[in-house]
Amino acid sequence: MSAGRTSPFVALSRAIVLGFLRDKASVFFAIIFPLMFLVLFGGIFGSQGQSKVDLIQVGDVALVDELSPAARAAFDDTFEVSRLDDLDEAVEEVRKGDADVAIEMRGDVLVAHYTQTDPTKAAITQGALRAFVDGTNVAQSGQPPRFSLSTEQVEDDSLETIQYVTPGLLGWAVAMSAAFGAAATLQGWRQSKLMRRLQLAPVSTRTVVGARVAVTVGIALVQMAIFVGLGAAAFGLTLTGSWWMAIPLVVIGTLCFMSIGLLAGAITTTTEGAVNAANFMVLPMAFLSGSFFPLEGSPRWLQVVSQALPLRHLNDGMLDVMVRGQGPAAALLPMGILAAFAVVVTLVAARLFRWETS
Amino acid sequence: MAAISVHDVVKTYGSLRAVDGVSLEVGEGEFVGILGPNGAGKTTTLEIIEGLRRPDSGSVELLGEKVWPRNAGLLPRIGVQLQASSFFERLTAREQIHTFASLYSVPTAAADDWLERVGLVDKVDTRVEDLSGGQAQRLSIACALVHDPDVVFLDEPTAALDPQARRNLWDLLAGLNDSGRTVVLTTHYMDEAEVLCDRVAIMDAGRILQFDTPAALVRGLDSPTRITVAPGQLDVADARGLAGVSDADEAPDGVVLTTREPARVVATLAERDLLDGVRVQTGTLEDVFLSLTGREYRA
Repeated sequence: MSAGRTSPFVALSRAIVLGFLRDKASVFFAIIFPLMFLVLFGGIFGSQGQSKVDLIQVGDVALVDELSPAARAAFDDTFEVSRLDDLDEAVEEVRKGDADVAIEMRGDVLVAHYTQTDPTKAAITQGALRAFVDGTNVAQSGQPPRFSLSTEQVEDDSLETIQYVTPGLLGWAVAMSAAFGAAATLQGWRQSKLMRRLQLAPVSTRTVVGARVAVTVGIALVQMAIFVGLGAAAFGLTLTGSWWMAIPLVVIGTLCFMSIGLLAGAITTTTEGAVNAANFMVLPMAFLSGSFFPLEGSPRWLQVVSQALPLRHLNDGMLDVMVRGQGPAAALLPMGILAAFAVVVTLVAARLFRWETS
Repeated sequence: MAAISVHDVVKTYGSLRAVDGVSLEVGEGEFVGILGPNGAGKTTTLEIIEGLRRPDSGSVELLGEKVWPRNAGLLPRIGVQLQASSFFERLTAREQIHTFASLYSVPTAAADDWLERVGLVDKVDTRVEDLSGGQAQRLSIACALVHDPDVVFLDEPTAALDPQARRNLWDLLAGLNDSGRTVVLTTHYMDEAEVLCDRVAIMDAGRILQFDTPAALVRGLDSPTRITVAPGQLDVADARGLAGVSDADEAPDGVVLTTREPARVVATLAERDLLDGVRVQTGTLEDVFLSLTGREYRA
């Protein structure tokens, strides 16, 4: 290798990659920091979303013990069953909040001692227990039921938090590293006059910009692989059909946020200032674009305002194709909007850019 | 053909005339210095000659070609070292110069030769941030020369170095035009310009005041020579009476004679056997600057 020649594009890309990998702060904020949020949301809050009703069974409860295997499986999906022999002790557990409900049999009556602390859970508990009692009655009557219920979920697996947070956090991570990378490069290279130096080397602007873009896109795709890989391996993330459309989406999203980084670099005079400005644009945008919490429950005005933010469209597009099971076409509009943002912001940044920092 | 031909270049920033009608001809293989205090317009002049900045008026030709707009055909023939250490962050010295070699489509072996030539062989795996000021400048110069350019521009290559490191760098710089390469450097050190340069352009307030060899600049100064005779050998009144001496003064290190006929005075001193410990000082570039601008030279 020491006697060989390397193309300018490859040499520049390698220089930028090495510069990135050796900057511990950059690697931390691009990869580790967002992953911490993924672990936080996916691991801790994730288990909350699917938490079962804690049920204490006191003594023998014929109704539960004699459920058919299918009904028993459904029962176990809803209730986390533990057993106690003393009713008073069980009721005390419920009162303290250590359990949600205690059940006992009094003859043919199923008695449920529940707490109203969490009204929603109390309603779920009562409804579910009633359904099991009714179901058992129907089964014992020997008559096939006249009405039946069939349920079809709209989303692939909407209950699990990980499905929601992975695309949103990935969007934030990609936005952050693309914007920081572009802002720091523009300012850093201007400060050190490396940009001037490259102007006087026989390489085209296209080659220089191309290398920087290629590296940032590469980093974004690595981020995506790590996020999806960790989400699937550790937190049960399940991708839906057209998830691969998230790849072009991430690429265009990267370009869009690089342009925002260029803007941050153009309006500031120091590298620190550029990174702070990029952060100032990206972090609030992440909150308002649903990277950290679903926008469905937010006020109407926020949902409208967020439409003006590119990250909202990146997140929406990724949610659609990665977990909502939508077709590839669902990513096209977000991609178009992101591309438009990229073009406009780059032009603004180019107008505001000054060679001299003084 | 002149390697560099600058004709009446003007560059203004707002009301400041940073470069105010500069003309300059540099021959091939010449080592030329642009000397002046900070803010004299040296760097702007250099960057206009390199083709980095567009002058408001005037023209620049490098190796017979226009430098503006960006002349891609010319770029492989020129080497530049900019004032800041323009490095790729967090690369080692070797990775740095290999990257520059690739930008100029030069085999990396040539880059390794340059590392050796500038004395950085034992620093090849050191990151640029961990190099000393002198080592960083050496690397920067090596990066400017990796493609063996015909013309090299060095913008204050010894600025911010301690005197020892500065002198060490002179040895390297002095050999740069040996093979017929043209070298232009800016400096605010008088001694540096005097030691390294074939010709020196003295610059102040955007103008080139004079452009000549250091010896010619001093000769043209028409300043008196000062001869110091060791203490206790000559009294002042006696000294004033010596033929050719225009003035004499008592100084801590002896009696200082001022003369415009140094040869005659020295001959007289020799006759009287007073030459032990005698010191002769002619004018310096500092005196030249003083006489050109009317103020003391402050780098």
